[in-house]
Amino acid sequence: MSKMHVKMNVNGAEVEGLAEPRTLLIHFLREQLSLTGPHIGCETSHCGACTVDLNGKSVKSCTVFVAQSNGAEVTTIEGIANADGTLHALQEAFREHHGLQCGFCTPGMITRAYRLLQENPNPSEEEIRYGISGNLCRCTGYQNIVKAIRAAADELNATREAAQ
Amino acid sequence: MIPGSFEYHRPESVDGAIALLNEHGDEARLLAGGHSLIPMMKLRMAVPSHIVDLQAIDSLHGISEDGGELVIGALTTQHEVLISDLLARKCPIIPEAAALIADPQVRYCGTIGGNVANGDPGNDMPAIMQALGARFRAVGPNGSRDIAARDYYEAAYFTELEENEVLTQIRIPTPAAGHGAAYEKQKRKIGDYATAAAAVILTVESGRCTSASIALTNVASTPLYAEAAAGALVGTDLGADAVDTAVRLAEEITEPTSDGRGPADFRTHVAGIMVRRAIARAQKNAG
Ligand SMILES: Cc1cc2nc3c(=O)[nH]c(=O)nc-3n(C[C@H](O)[C@H](O)[C@H](O)COP(=O)(O)OP(=O)(O)OC[C@H]3O[C@@H](n4cnc5c(N)ncnc54)[C@H](O)[C@@H]3O)c2cc1C
Ligand code: FES
Ligand code: FES
Ligand code: FES
Ligand code: FES
Repeated sequence: MSKMHVKMNVNGAEVEGLAEPRTLLIHFLREQLSLTGPHIGCETSHCGACTVDLNGKSVKSCTVFVAQSNGAEVTTIEGIANADGTLHALQEAFREHHGLQCGFCTPGMITRAYRLLQENPNPSEEEIRYGISGNLCRCTGYQNIVKAIRAAADELNATREAAQ
Repeated sequence: MIPGSFEYHRPESVDGAIALLNEHGDEARLLAGGHSLIPMMKLRMAVPSHIVDLQAIDSLHGISEDGGELVIGALTTQHEVLISDLLARKCPIIPEAAALIADPQVRYCGTIGGNVANGDPGNDMPAIMQALGARFRAVGPNGSRDIAARDYYEAAYFTELEENEVLTQIRIPTPAAGHGAAYEKQKRKIGDYATAAAAVILTVESGRCTSASIALTNVASTPLYAEAAAGALVGTDLGADAVDTAVRLAEEITEPTSDGRGPADFRTHVAGIMVRRAIARAQKNAG
């Protein structure tokens, strides 16, 4: 089948490429754009390791055709750090609070938490757990992930208040 | 896990989508959120050679009230349903059920139209729509028609919708103010389809049940509208005898398969428990 010309904005940069419409977004990101931050865990829409931000929503990029994301805005874990290169509050908090062990789930987890905090800047522990229920972690038991997200929320809120 | 090849189309109107369906016949499939279709295509259980993506058809989005009906555009996502103020006020069972579907990522993509059109007995919205007496608007080359949710499902993945029709809207008679509703879903973990689930909608006046409807998810090859079970509640004070009868009548129409969610008789048993809990909660929510 013939390839199609796809264009999207990934982590703030316009990118173009040729791909079969059936190519999964995760394969396009990893293999054509060399963005290997988002991982492939299950490839069956369950684990969330492949989570990226697509037009302002968290999606499992193993369950999106590249053709669907033609023209879209995509953010991967590679685009989460601050503009000056320092770590984002979530990245910092995951490190501080032991929010990862093997790190396999972490890019998806942080990308998801990033969107969660945009929608709900002050989530309760329960809201955090519900909000990350599409992301599986085999190592941490989630305890420290929840702690890290809560700490990042506090940090981001304090920075926002200081700026006002 | 690579889906078969296809040619991709992104029409900007319902007519454009219908024209593509007409042209390509059973080689074409509509794509909404893709969260049922893409998994099936990865397993090669579906191998369409034309994909008609509905995402650019703006008229298929949104939730509104039109006369005595709530109207939900087919492309409205489960996430949008979950956060809708209008539905929270007028028909809270819909956001309640949406919150029990999958996980945030799936709900941002999955649409309510795809959920009801799909025909998978595991989908949760069909039973909700049967309990509410909703109608699905289908638009095809010869115009539009409405199909009652209670008549829509024929067998797993077989529905009343024709190959060249697009489901554009779900139209729900606005439930009476003060109605009580509940959806009870037993699942093994978050993101799982139901072992069994029940939707119950009641109106109660000075302690007497004046109307009732019940529908069941994932205990047969289609959602089940449990008419006799609901009938057993009407005119009663929802006491133990009436509820026992309703539970028994609901259990009687189930025909689940044995699978990873449990043996068939267990799933029937769970369906009964879901009906019992949903009646109790709907009663509490009424008034
Ligand atoms: C991990 C996971 C867990 C899930 N758990 C649940 C769950 O617990 N409960 C539940 O209900 N669902 C569940 N789902 C399914 C999810 O809700 C789907 O999003 C939904 O079933 C289909 O909606 P969609 O928009 O993604 O449709 P698509 O996948 O795009 O389409 C599904 C089918 O409907 C047809 N279709 C779509 N839109 C239309 C239309 N407007 N007119 C005519 N035909 C149309 C398509 O051609 C296709 O055949 C789960 C999915 C995943 C990946
Ligand atoms: S790899 Fe996409 S959800 Fe697991
Ligand atoms: S840190 Fe290992 S899977 Fe989460
Ligand atoms: S880590 Fe998989 S079985 Fe032990
Ligand atoms: S697997 Fe880490 S303590 Fe058990």
